[in-house]
Amino acid sequence: MRADETKCVGCHRCEALCPTGAITIRRNPSDFRDNALWTPWHIKNIYKQAATGGVLLTGMGNPCPYPIYWDRILLDASQVTNPSIDPLREPMELRTYLGAKPDAIEVINGDELKTAFTPQIPIEYPLLFSAMSYGSINLNIHCGLARAAEEMGILYNTGEGGLHPSLYKYGKNTIVQCASGRFGVHRDYLNAGVAIEIKVGQGAKPGIGGHLPGEKIGPEISLTRMIPEGTDALSPAPHHDIYSIEDLRQLIYALKEATDYQKLVFVKIAAVHNSAAIASGMVRAGADVITLDGFRGGTGAAPTMIRDNVGIPIELALASVDERLRQEGIRNQASLIVAGGIRCSADVVKALALGADAVYIATAALIAVGCTICQRCYTGKCPWGIATNDPYLAKRINPEIAHEKLANLIRAWGHEIQEMLGGMGINALESLRGNREKLRGIGLNEMELQILGIKHAGA
Amino acid sequence: MKRVYPREEVCIGCHLCEIACIVEHSASKDIIRAFKAEVPRPTARNLVEEEGPVSFSVSCRHCNDPPCVQSCISGAMVKDYQSGVVRHLEGKCMGCWSCIMACPYGAIRKNPVRKTVIKCDLCLERPIPACVEACPNRALIFEER
Repeated sequence: MRADETKCVGCHRCEALCPTGAITIRRNPSDFRDNALWTPWHIKNIYKQAATGGVLLTGMGNPCPYPIYWDRILLDASQVTNPSIDPLREPMELRTYLGAKPDAIEVINGDELKTAFTPQIPIEYPLLFSAMSYGSINLNIHCGLARAAEEMGILYNTGEGGLHPSLYKYGKNTIVQCASGRFGVHRDYLNAGVAIEIKVGQGAKPGIGGHLPGEKIGPEISLTRMIPEGTDALSPAPHHDIYSIEDLRQLIYALKEATDYQKLVFVKIAAVHNSAAIASGMVRAGADVITLDGFRGGTGAAPTMIRDNVGIPIELALASVDERLRQEGIRNQASLIVAGGIRCSADVVKALALGADAVYIATAALIAVGCTICQRCYTGKCPWGIATNDPYLAKRINPEIAHEKLANLIRAWGHEIQEMLGGMGINALESLRGNREKLRGIGLNEMELQILGIKHAGA
Repeated sequence: MKRVYPREEVCIGCHLCEIACIVEHSASKDIIRAFKAEVPRPTARNLVEEEGPVSFSVSCRHCNDPPCVQSCISGAMVKDYQSGVVRHLEGKCMGCWSCIMACPYGAIRKNPVRKTVIKCDLCLERPIPACVEACPNRALIFEER
């Protein structure tokens, strides 16, 4: 047996399956002469482009060494006063209701609620599986996500590839997406889930559309996406019917009409420079939930230059959006979900304290089922059987195992979130949400602290 | 009785079930020694059949009415009606291959060294057969059906 190291992508698949533990994956040490400006990364990219004349493509999220604000924020804990709470002995509420909340509530006869609420979605953990389309990932993973969401009482998102007929039964835990390509969107699809997400932008590739190559459009995907077999699935960069907040409002209400006002409408944008103003417009346009996707957000395929250089960190976008909506007095009119680079339960707690209602996870979910972030999703040859529809590779995901692992991840993070809440002397997520007093910055400058709305450690 | 059932839809064709079988039926029960030091190297009693993306591990079905037992001319192949296991008594086997011809599943293989046949014994001394335990994708299930 021989290994062709020129083709190795460092996916660790062989290492994981080797029964004798005889394989270790290491980086090939061969390198160019040291140069701080012309790194091997840039040199090799130029070689590639000189050879092909094409756009550099990649997968997964932005791996560049930009600041990670999660790692520069520290959490508080109770000492002496306001004692900490043990979640194993006392109730700890993680349930979250997504949806617009009224400005005030009116009660009659002492305990009867007079105020009418718009639909609310209860989720048992402040975690949702982010949008990944059927096509970019395969049915086995979708199945695992749907089953895990059902078991844990959370939601998963179909992405823009439509919903496979076999997954309609998980409707109570499904968010269906309506993106610029409108793939697989029809009346039953819109009514299949509990919410509809209008995807305006994606953190990994703000401002550009998508392209699922024709060779990936097999019979099942063709059926689900409602396009002929073998044709390219091109998602335009903008929605061709949304050129203003007013247009967005029209689409939001068109979807609400189509679903008899029973479904929540999410609007998702990539975190960009003026997210706060856009978010304000989205809330005023009638979105029940707004989703912000930071520049670390993953993707099945994106131009490398876009992924690595466009967008802003989710921590800053979240803080500024939450602050702006509070200033305008409309924060209650929509829930706020953030996505893009949430790596652990501590990141979740920090996001909630910065003002998010819940977080979307996708990269973490894929890592749970084997992904090693080798960034080859765009080739359609995912060695772990995730971002591929090749029947030989897709079998590597057993939906049953995927379901268990995903549910375990949510359960584990849930326990940790409860522990952290308990440590802060808080017994419900509601008391943490937007509670920036529980956060302190470390090694951040004045401007960063001001945008995040937190004090420096020691202050 | 409990049998090993393959699940074609999640079998990834990694052949780890065969390796586990070889190790389990080796003298040392150590993967390195079984492959490098033991002569002759034990033969796997299961076989992963593959064609394109379709693959599954074939091993003895331990039939209720086993054609191999009926065809055996020396009484080496016996059905243990208590456990349900079809057992092969190597001392009685004369290597006529009748059972191989009779098995509708192709689950019996030649033992190339001893000129006898070799087949799955369901790892009776283990709680779960080695192949089932080794499968990384739960494509082998040991259950009563």
